[in-house]
Amino acid sequence: MQNIPCRPIVLSAALGIAVLALSGQTAPADLTTAHLSVTPRTADEAARIAAVTAPTTDFSKPEPFETNPGGAASVRARGNADAFSQPSGNISFERELDFKVGDGLFRKIWVAAPASTLVSDGLGPLFNARSCQSCHIKDGRGHPPVGDEHAVSMFLRVSVPATSDAPIAQIEQYLADHGDPATRTSPHPVYGGQLQDFSTPGVAAEYRLQIDYTEQPVTLSGGETASLRVPTYTAADLGYGPLGDDTMLSPRVAPPMIGLGLIEALPAADILALADPTDANGDGISGRAQIVWSREDDRPMLGRFGLKAGAPSIREQSAAAFAGDIGISSPLFSDASGDCTAQQPACIAAPNGNTGTADMTEVGADSLDLVTFYARNLAVPERRGVEDTTVLRGKQIFYETGCTACHTPKFVTDRLTDQPEQSFQLIWPYTDVLLHDMGPGLADNRPESGASGQEWRTAPLWGIGLTEQVSGHATFLHDGRARSLLEAVLWHGGEAQAQRDAVVAMPPADRAALIAFLESL
Amino acid sequence: MKLSLIAIASLFAMPAWAVEKSDVVTTYANIAAAAYADSLITAKTLQSAIDTFLAAPSDTTLATARTAWIAARVPYMQTEVYRFGNPIVDDWEGRVNAWPLDEGLIDYVDASYGGATDDNAYAVLNVIANPSFELSGRTIDAGTITPALLSDTLQEADGAESNVATGYHAIEFLLWGQDLNGTGPGAGNRPFTDYASGDACTNSNCDRRAVYLRVATRLLVDDLTYMAGAWATDGVGRTTLLADPDAAIGAMLTGLGSLSYGELAGQRMKLGVLLHDPEEEHDCFSDNTHQSHYYDGLGVQNVWLGRYEGVDGSSVSGPSLADLVAALDPDTAAQLTTEIAASVADLDAIRDAVAGGMAYDMMLASDNPDGNALILTAVDALVAQTRSIERAVTALQLADVTLEGSDSLDAPTAVFQ
Repeated sequence: MQNIPCRPIVLSAALGIAVLALSGQTAPADLTTAHLSVTPRTADEAARIAAVTAPTTDFSKPEPFETNPGGAASVRARGNADAFSQPSGNISFERELDFKVGDGLFRKIWVAAPASTLVSDGLGPLFNARSCQSCHIKDGRGHPPVGDEHAVSMFLRVSVPATSDAPIAQIEQYLADHGDPATRTSPHPVYGGQLQDFSTPGVAAEYRLQIDYTEQPVTLSGGETASLRVPTYTAADLGYGPLGDDTMLSPRVAPPMIGLGLIEALPAADILALADPTDANGDGISGRAQIVWSREDDRPMLGRFGLKAGAPSIREQSAAAFAGDIGISSPLFSDASGDCTAQQPACIAAPNGNTGTADMTEVGADSLDLVTFYARNLAVPERRGVEDTTVLRGKQIFYETGCTACHTPKFVTDRLTDQPEQSFQLIWPYTDVLLHDMGPGLADNRPESGASGQEWRTAPLWGIGLTEQVSGHATFLHDGRARSLLEAVLWHGGEAQAQRDAVVAMPPADRAALIAFLESL
Repeated sequence: MKLSLIAIASLFAMPAWAVEKSDVVTTYANIAAAAYADSLITAKTLQSAIDTFLAAPSDTTLATARTAWIAARVPYMQTEVYRFGNPIVDDWEGRVNAWPLDEGLIDYVDASYGGATDDNAYAVLNVIANPSFELSGRTIDAGTITPALLSDTLQEADGAESNVATGYHAIEFLLWGQDLNGTGPGAGNRPFTDYASGDACTNSNCDRRAVYLRVATRLLVDDLTYMAGAWATDGVGRTTLLADPDAAIGAMLTGLGSLSYGELAGQRMKLGVLLHDPEEEHDCFSDNTHQSHYYDGLGVQNVWLGRYEGVDGSSVSGPSLADLVAALDPDTAAQLTTEIAASVADLDAIRDAVAGGMAYDMMLASDNPDGNALILTAVDALVAQTRSIERAVTALQLADVTLEGSDSLDAPTAVFQ
């Protein structure tokens, strides 16, 4: 069986007419089954949650608890590049130890096998980075390469249309059973699930990422202008022959790491309840739930993590990144050759590091759990300036323009028996964790599981105003093409076209207030 | 008068009913003032020794500089307990004690070091050998090695935390060089001729290396000058705490617990044993890790007992956290006092083993179960004392001290209760 390291089986719901009709009412029960250890909500709690998460209509002052986007897990917003690197504010000393050890593993530079440190080897043979931290720079957002530098915190996912004789995967069968006319795709037969631009000695690297930009002016109200840079991606210096005309590429920068454990702790039912695949409420927004097959639980689950929500849990996302990005096997992705395919024999034959851990994988279950715990507890910083009148005005514009139709302000997490940091917190992620058609301008035209080539998961906005402070750049969206928050807004199309057009047309002072609000997140 | 009476009372473990939180906080600030002042004094001694070494490089002057560096670590490590709760320390600490570092950013490294092009493009930048280089698409003029070049441009260059250009460990690398002995015996062994002039210069660029060392040392002195001032009379570190003694007590306990558990027991000790990797050693060039760990642990004891012994033999003492907790929960206070003494003893046992010939990096080796056990015994002791620290928090009826923002769904005043 071919190794598919980066994602569950890929398929498409891109035909656009019949989409998965999944909502809180009609979802199969197994989608709402929690993979965390949850204490069910009481009716009384549900009523209080409904009241507290109702959108505000009072923009004269901040809402209670608005300063703490991560609830009690929020931390003081440090004034330096460490703002995204703090453990949950409510973590115990004991669990802070696990966080710190996980941090050490997150920073760990992996080396090629064989090496004297049996526990630390296994890099590659193909890889995008040697450590987690080198993509997730300061636990923040990656960026496109500048000048001639290598694209370390960015890479291309790759796939091809599935052949008619490709075996039906479980998730494909599941989606078909639920009325989804899926277009099936497969990893590239030679290059696998993503392109790696680095390799260990004796193995050819796969490519070099080349990006060319052209500027596209945008006229705004009040005599203001903006310019969007439109990227063209080329997989240059291919190491294993041409990709072929039907190959689909998807550029990805590493997303920020904060608040992931809180997103994971959201009840699936609360996310599914927001889905409106046929736009039954006629607001022009048709959020769809991503459904993926969980390797760990061996069942269909709500996808939450990654730019198209392709991973159902932090542990699976982390294991997939270990495998695809660093070439490190784990109990979930046990193939030591990472993203190598059968048509890359030198890569398959290269020494591996499946020694030295109890699980006989390059990273063992214990270490994977520590990295998962670390990722789960990277804290969301407190907001700054919530009482500022411009910020409050911007908040009002954000709500009244309709941005909150996808960037859902508030949720309450599940009560968890073994994760006190994430348990029962009022959080402000500004995402519905659903897929939305963002129009042809942002499309990668590469389906991923249930997401079409034009769909992306609504990005959480918490911490977004600290991007430059943490990462030394302010580039946004899935491939870092936007060079400011305003440019990111202007790239919105598809379901968000009306909101984008409203921002273009609104008085400049309102536009500035909107950005001030985003900067305060 | 009142202060000294209470201090005497605490020595005899009498009921500490008279202990005021503000007095405990004052002791805490006084210890910080003394320990940071000592850190500054010893850093200036280091600076002087480095000046002497650079004026006349020799085995002797290099040895004196190395000795001064090791001495400078003694008070500084005792200040680490002021991290994790004091914002001015937390926001500053990375400039002074960041580790681990990709030393190839600074100077030449052994061919086995690797990492030439990928991952951290600047891991082998070697600024000492390169007066001009590209950084994140910009051309950097490093013709003159200045404080701004090190602290603003190179430190965490490109967002990589391992690009450490300043602080104790950068200076350590410049004095010792790489430790190429893995988990075997021996520390870094940089020849003094790396700083020699003319034909005697080894490994090239001796003049730029000397400038780098001088600038990095000056930055350390500057940074410590700032922090010593922050704890002196009317310093911001002190006034912030005294303005809210309850919050200050919380910050003190947060520092005790976070340093004991996550930072020292976890990241600096347990991880190295887990990975059996000498790269996880804290003072890896000088093989001084055992001392750093010991004085971290001693710093915890200082804050708990409200006492500090200075490098010149002088001492600071006053009403302590131990007194405060003892008044409310004598059993927990006594147990924590015992447990902290035990962890300090276990950390001291690591020093004894080093004195007996087993360096800290040798203890990490996978085929050294005795060495592994020495480290893990101290880890267990640090873990045990943190449990009592949590009980002390309960005794003081502080809200969860690690909670920086007090608003929470589960807070008593919140809508969900």
